[in-house]
Amino acid sequence: MRTLLQHSIERLLADAVTPDLLRAAEGGAWPTDLWAKIEELGLPLAAVPEDLGGAGASWTDIFVVIRACGAAAAPTPLPEAILANSLLAAAGLESPESGPIVFAAGLADAPLAAVPWGRHARWLALHDTQAGQIALHSLARARIVPDNNVAGEPRDTVTLAAGSLVAGAATSAATDAVMLGGAMLRSAQMAGALGRLTEISADYANERVQFGRPIGKFQAVQQQLAVLATQAAAAVSASEAAFLMATPCADLVTTASAKAVSGEAAGKGAGIAHAVFGAIGFTHEHSLHFLTRRLWAWRGEYGSDAFWADRLGRTLAARGGDGLWPLVTAALCGDQDR
Amino acid sequence: MLDQFGPPVLPPGLEPLRAEVRAFLADWGSAYPAEKRALSWMGFDAEFSRALGAKGWLGLSIPREYGGHDASPFERFVVNEELLAAGAPVTAHWIADRQSAPLLLRHGTEAQKQRYLPAICAGELYFCIGMSEPASGSDLASVRTKADRQADGAWVLNGRKVWTTNADRCQAMIALVRTDPASERHAGLSQILVDLTLPGVMIRPIKDLSGHEHFNEVTFDDVRVGADALIGVEGDGWAQTTSELAFERSGPERFLSAMTLFRCLVGAVGPEPDARQAVEIGRLAAWLIALRSMSISVTAQLVSGQDPVWAASCVKDLGTGYEQDTVEVAMRLIDSLPPGPQATTTRHVLAIVQSMAPSFSLRGGTREILRGILARGLGVR
Ligand SMILES: Cc1cc2nc3c(=O)[nH]c(=O)nc-3n(C[C@H](O)[C@H](O)[C@H](O)COP(=O)(O)OP(=O)(O)OC[C@H]3O[C@@H](n4cnc5c(N)ncnc54)[C@H](O)[C@@H]3O)c2cc1C
Repeated sequence: MRTLLQHSIERLLADAVTPDLLRAAEGGAWPTDLWAKIEELGLPLAAVPEDLGGAGASWTDIFVVIRACGAAAAPTPLPEAILANSLLAAAGLESPESGPIVFAAGLADAPLAAVPWGRHARWLALHDTQAGQIALHSLARARIVPDNNVAGEPRDTVTLAAGSLVAGAATSAATDAVMLGGAMLRSAQMAGALGRLTEISADYANERVQFGRPIGKFQAVQQQLAVLATQAAAAVSASEAAFLMATPCADLVTTASAKAVSGEAAGKGAGIAHAVFGAIGFTHEHSLHFLTRRLWAWRGEYGSDAFWADRLGRTLAARGGDGLWPLVTAALCGDQDR
Repeated sequence: MLDQFGPPVLPPGLEPLRAEVRAFLADWGSAYPAEKRALSWMGFDAEFSRALGAKGWLGLSIPREYGGHDASPFERFVVNEELLAAGAPVTAHWIADRQSAPLLLRHGTEAQKQRYLPAICAGELYFCIGMSEPASGSDLASVRTKADRQADGAWVLNGRKVWTTNADRCQAMIALVRTDPASERHAGLSQILVDLTLPGVMIRPIKDLSGHEHFNEVTFDDVRVGADALIGVEGDGWAQTTSELAFERSGPERFLSAMTLFRCLVGAVGPEPDARQAVEIGRLAAWLIALRSMSISVTAQLVSGQDPVWAASCVKDLGTGYEQDTVEVAMRLIDSLPPGPQATTTRHVLAIVQSMAPSFSLRGGTREILRGILARGLGVR
C-alpha cells in the first residue's frame, strides 16, 4: 500500500504542481484539475476504513502522501481532507462524496479562525470540544473573511451559516485532537519540504560556479549542506514516529516531538538553503521560496516548536527523572495494544 | 540518501527483554550514584561486564558456535539502550562487543574466531582501538606505525598509537598498521591483533582535562607477533577499518552519553516547571525521541542486511550535538532549580558531563569529518 500510494501521489504532483500553478494558487486560484485527479485516486478517503468507503490505509502508509504534499508544496488541502475524513470516520460519520473538506475545532455558532483553505472548501469537519461532538458542515453559505499564511496559503476566518449541519455524532476524541492532528500533518509536510530542499540545494551547489569551480567544492558549503540533510532526516524520522503511533488519533508524545523537531529543523534548513542559493534564491522568480515560505508557515501552525516543547516538558516533569526513559521508550514501542 | 531512514519500526516481542534488563539494572544499581552514572559508557567495571556476559547480553549478534547468541540487531539495540540510559559501567567490554567481535567474525580466521569470540561474549576479554597516531588523527590514512614481515611469517611492530581508550586496562588491540613499507595512503595498510602484554608494548595513560585517565599512548618497540595476528587480508586494512567504523558510529551511545544529566535535570526541575524549564526539557525530550527513531531506522537497515553508513553518520553528527546541547540546557537552567539534594546532584553531574562533552564530537571521527562523509553522500565533493 505504502509504495503504491507513494508512487501515485509523487507522479501526480510532479506533473501537476508547476511554478505557474503555485503562483496562480498564491494569487487566489483554485487548482480544479489537480483536485479532481486527487479525488479520482480516492486519496482524500485514504484513512477512512474500507467499510465506510475508504482505502483503509494506515497512518504509516499515509505518511508518504503527506510528506509528498510537503515536498511538492502542493497547493491543495489534501492533508487536511485526509484528517477531516478520518475524524468523521472515527465518529462513525460518512464522508461527503466529493468536494474539498477541511477541519477545525471550535463552536458551530462562533467564528472559526485560520481555517485552512476555508474559501475553497465545500465541507468542514468540526470538532466541538465542549459538546464532545464531531460534525460535518456544509460551507456553501458560510461567511469567509480571507487571510493567508506567510506562504500565501488560505487561512480564513469562517462563520458557519444557519442550517449548515449535515450530520453530527459524539466522539471520544481528545479535546485537542484537531491540534494534535494538525501538528502531525504539518510535521510530515515540513519533513517533505526539507527533503526536497536538501536535493535542490545539493544540485544547485553542483551547478553554480564561483572562483572557477562549483560552490559544492567549497568545504564551508558542503558542511552546511550536511547540516541541512541531518535536519531533514530528523524531521523525517520524528514525524514517521508520530504517524506510526497514531491510533487513529495523533499521539501526544511523538506528535509533540515531531512538531518541535521539524519546526526547529525547518528554521535551520530554510536558512541554509537560502545561504546556498544566494541572491537568486531571494527572488520571486525563483521557486525556492515555494518551499521555504511554507516551512516558515507550517512551523507556526498547530503549535510552534516551543509550544510543543512546553507540553512535552510538562508531561515529562510530572513523571519525574525516573519517568523520563520509560516515557521515551514507550513513545515508540512494538509491543503495545493499538 | 534520506531514503535510508525508513519507518522506525521496532518489531514486537522485545519488551520482555527490556523488562528483564531493567529489573537486572534496578537490582544491581540501587546504590550506584548519579555521579558515576554520569560517566556513561566511560565507566569501567569488569565484574559488571562479566555479569552481563553471564546473563547472555554480550555478543548478542555473534553466532552461538562462538559463544554468542544469534540474536537480532534489535535485541542488541534494546539491551544497549537500557544499559546506556541507566549509565551502567560498560566501557570494559564496550569496544570488544561493539566492533572488535563483529570485525573478527567478518574477517577473522576460524582459529581467531574460536580463540577470541567466546571470551568477548563472556565479558572477560576487552579490546581497544589502535587507529589514531600522534601525526594521524582525522587523516587516518597517513598512519606510520609499521609491521615488518619476518622470514618465519611473524610481524615486528614499531611505532606509536595515541588516544587509545582503555589500553591500560584491556588485553588486546586491533591496530591499523602499514605492512607494505613502500606504500602510501590507503594502500598497504593491514589490521593486526596485538596482545598488549607482549614485550616491547609500552602503555602510558594520558590524563584528560579533568584529570581522569581513560586514554593512553601506546608505543611499540620491536613487538613481535605471530603470522596469525593478521586480521583479514594483508593490504585490505583500510576497507576493513571503514566497515569497523560503521559499527563504531551507528549505535545509541552516540546520543545517550548525557542521559544521566538529562534525567537529573528533569528530577531537579520538579513536577511543576516554569515555562522556560518546561520548554527546555521538552525540547531535549523531543530531540531524544527523534534521535531514537533515527537509530531504530538504522538498526532496521542492519537487520535487512544493508550498510547504512550515511544514515549512521547522520545520527552520530546530530546525536553528539544533542549530547552537548544537554550541557547547554543544564547550564541555562542550573540556577533556576529549586534548592535541595536533587539540585546538588545535578550540579555535580553537570560538572562531570560538561568536562567530557568536547570529546563527544571528536571520538569516533570528528563532526567535520562526518559532515564531509554526509556531503559526499549528497553528491557534492
Ligand atoms: C575521548 C577520546 C577517546 C578516543 N579514543 C580513541 C581510541 O580508542 N582509539 C583511537 O584510535 N582514537 C581515539 N580517539 C582519537 C579520535 O579518533 C581523534 O581525536 C579524531 O579522529 C580526531 O583526530 P585529532 O584529535 O588528531 O584531530 P585532528 O585530525 O588534528 O583535527 C583537529 C580539527 O581539525 C579538523 N579537521 C581535520 N581534518 C579536516 C578536514 N580534512 N576538513 C575539515 N576539518 C578537518 C577536525 O575536524 C578538528 O576539528 C579518541 C579521542 C578522544 C577525544
